[in-house]
Amino acid sequence: MDLRVTSRRGRRGRALARLAITAAMIPAVAPALAQAQEAHRGGTMQLMAVASGGTLDPQINYTAQFWQLYSATYDGLVAFKKADGPESNTVVPDLAADMPTVSADGKTYTFTLRKGVKFSNGDDVTPEDVVASLQRIFKVSSPTSGSFYNGIVGADDCLSSPADCTLEGGVIADADANTVTINLVEPDPEFLFKLSVPHASILPKGTAAKDMGNTPIPGTGAYMFTSYDANNSLTMERNPHFVEWSADAQPEGYADKIEYKFGGTEESAVNAVMNGQADWSFDPLPADRLAELSTNATDQLHVHAQSAWWYAPMNVNIPPFNDVRVRQALNYAVDRNALVSVFGGPALAQPVCQILPPDFPGHEDSCIYTQDPGDTWSAPDMDKARALVAESGTKGEKVNVVTEDNAASRGVGTYLQSVLTDLGYDATVQTVSGDIQFTYIQNTNNNVQISVTQWYMDYPAASNFLNVLFGCGSFHPGSDSSINIAGFCDEEIDARMKSAMTLGATDPEAANAEWAKIDYAVMEKAPAVPLFTPRRLDLVSERVGNFEYSSLFNWLIAKSWVQ
Amino acid sequence: MTSVSTDKLPPSPTGEGVSAPDGPWKRLSAGLLSSPTAVLSGIGLILIVIAVLLAPLYANHVAHTDPFRSGLSAKIEIDGKKVPVMQRSTEGLGLGVTPIGPTWSGEYMLGADTQGRDVMARMLYGGRSSLLIAASATMLTLVLAAIIGVAAGYTGGLVDGVLSNLIDMMWAFPVYLLAISLSIVMIGKTIVLGPIELSSSSLIIPITIIGLVYVPYVARPVRGRVMAIKNSDFVLAARGLGVRRHRILLRHILPNVLSTLIVFAPMLTALNIVTESALSFLSVGVQAPNASWGTILQDGQALLYSRPTVALAPGIAIMVTVLLLNLFGDVLRDVLDPKSARGR
Repeated sequence: MDLRVTSRRGRRGRALARLAITAAMIPAVAPALAQAQEAHRGGTMQLMAVASGGTLDPQINYTAQFWQLYSATYDGLVAFKKADGPESNTVVPDLAADMPTVSADGKTYTFTLRKGVKFSNGDDVTPEDVVASLQRIFKVSSPTSGSFYNGIVGADDCLSSPADCTLEGGVIADADANTVTINLVEPDPEFLFKLSVPHASILPKGTAAKDMGNTPIPGTGAYMFTSYDANNSLTMERNPHFVEWSADAQPEGYADKIEYKFGGTEESAVNAVMNGQADWSFDPLPADRLAELSTNATDQLHVHAQSAWWYAPMNVNIPPFNDVRVRQALNYAVDRNALVSVFGGPALAQPVCQILPPDFPGHEDSCIYTQDPGDTWSAPDMDKARALVAESGTKGEKVNVVTEDNAASRGVGTYLQSVLTDLGYDATVQTVSGDIQFTYIQNTNNNVQISVTQWYMDYPAASNFLNVLFGCGSFHPGSDSSINIAGFCDEEIDARMKSAMTLGATDPEAANAEWAKIDYAVMEKAPAVPLFTPRRLDLVSERVGNFEYSSLFNWLIAKSWVQ
Repeated sequence: MTSVSTDKLPPSPTGEGVSAPDGPWKRLSAGLLSSPTAVLSGIGLILIVIAVLLAPLYANHVAHTDPFRSGLSAKIEIDGKKVPVMQRSTEGLGLGVTPIGPTWSGEYMLGADTQGRDVMARMLYGGRSSLLIAASATMLTLVLAAIIGVAAGYTGGLVDGVLSNLIDMMWAFPVYLLAISLSIVMIGKTIVLGPIELSSSSLIIPITIIGLVYVPYVARPVRGRVMAIKNSDFVLAARGLGVRRHRILLRHILPNVLSTLIVFAPMLTALNIVTESALSFLSVGVQAPNASWGTILQDGQALLYSRPTVALAPGIAIMVTVLLLNLFGDVLRDVLDPKSARGR
């Protein structure tokens, strides 16, 4: 049996060993390997999900569900490596022939495009397509246009007037040299990560500057979307113009066709996979099937660590959480082990008490809010929590916990309500539909005191958690798009975050050490209760082979076979 | 000689020797008591009410638990051993945590839910909420329907036109769609009405929502009944004798409408129990920390495969209570409205 519950660190060691053995054997096994791989080519992969991920537009969609599909259908100038384990955090050249040349001041990136790459409609990829695609990010008001790409010269004008976006002086195409130059206002050590996510996909220059909804946009990936009905199904077939240029960036897929069906329940999806009627389901497996699957389908289950956290942001601007002692009290009171039970036990979640997930850049073990403060969480300290609440004089105040309408979120919310009641508050739980909860809790007009939510990394950099979730720049009162849900803005910490980001351009290790200190500093102010880091559990059918897992895109569908 | 029994004698013109007919309440109780269905269903309903009223006693002295507190780290003693309420899988890949199943003893008699809480204790507390909401919503519906129906039917003209159209408009909405829409608007906000402040967990919110959505279903027949009575001989006679309108309303119309309302009460209560459960199941009814049979049913949905008792218990409670109410309501209608009974 394959040991599938692995930490990133454990995998790295084994991956290196595998690499060494494979390298030694390459001359002997290469032809046989190619023959075996050819034998696996073909067939139709059947995927299922309770609901679709919304628009098919890769520059607008911001869901893990469809980003997984974009990894096989669209490309950027650079891409996250399509590899198993920690290697998947590496950025490799994709539509660019090589990694860009970066100017000494770190503000100018020059990319030389590969020749001969075509879109699925048969058109060649040109520097003009790259310019048009980067402009389109602003024209369609991509969700990350203001946070990821606002550092490009000309982005300010594009953000204020999207329809007229030209990125004048920011993105320059040279058709003769087949290059694209991107100029930044300030050096950004994370810029290549930002260019590697699907929002920076390169699309044909004629693509309409509007949300394309259900209409597939031609891409350069190994597959192309051939049909999409958000209420029913989605089909992907091989891109007839695709020729593999880099197995790291865009590998050729095994299955000829990928069919994705929407509808039904998580329960029915599990039954379909177990009966061989489907190959995989996107949604979390029902909690009450886990014990059974754990023994009956060990070879079909894959558990992987995720760069993510479940947390409870507390609004630091309204009572009772405008008192740091109350926030600290709740951090002391929450039993992380109990919450792990809600998520399916220790094999599927790991208790945490800091912001950066384990094994993430900048993470250093530390736990302030536990019975014996040290490196890890051990047990809740109710005495200290009650003392802090008594000091704050807020006992008896009303507290409402806002959760998403699903079993896990509701379970966490109900538990927090119980703890708050134990601490002497008049606590209630409010369940809000999953479609709107995430935006509802962000808007300060809704006066949400405490909520339950999750954050999954966009790219492997500490700032993607600390600066995005607790930076002053992410707090927009009265807006549905204020990802700093706690409304936490500490100017001193914010300045340190900016310095750490600048430092990252020249000394990533020193920057990560600084991020670890910032993580600690933010937790001292306790704007959120870190709950646990979830692990991703995938159930595949018996016929699925070569399961590989990427930190950003989860299961790399194209790299698995069904025959 | 012919002997004639006195009880067969025709009444004397003066009324001597004839006992007064039974009053409506006496006839009602006699009718109910003579029906085994009504007696048995009535006893069943009384037992359910007593059981849910004893919920605190059960939780404190039998189950020794607070059914509103999470018990994710709780342990209980079984056969002298301390056993965790939330049992982690130890086989295979060790995935999953399953709440303890029915122990059929005092603690965790029906097992635990996903928060490690005692299902039996929650069932009793949940029953209190479900019955309270259903009964209160029924009262609200009947009072509002009586006011609207009587006002529309008795006044006629413009008032009738306006009220009838309002009723029709409400009726046009599918009842669950209306209830869910109202819930989404009302739940999740603290509603302040002068000195009264209603938090999102207040039971008054589901009572108001459920009470409102069924008003048209009762107001319409009440209006029709009032219009029929209004034109009956005894009302016309009263009018002819110069009896004032409000006196006609109080002495002749309302007593006759009351029987219609009483017939509706048990049926409506049954309907309200189902509606409350449906709304709570969809997270738009009773809100935590309160429990109802609907919320327990929702908790049980996540455990349908491994711990079906968590969903079955409230399901059975809802079914039995609704059945008893409908059986009782049937007999009540037969007693109060003999015409409809004959028609069946």
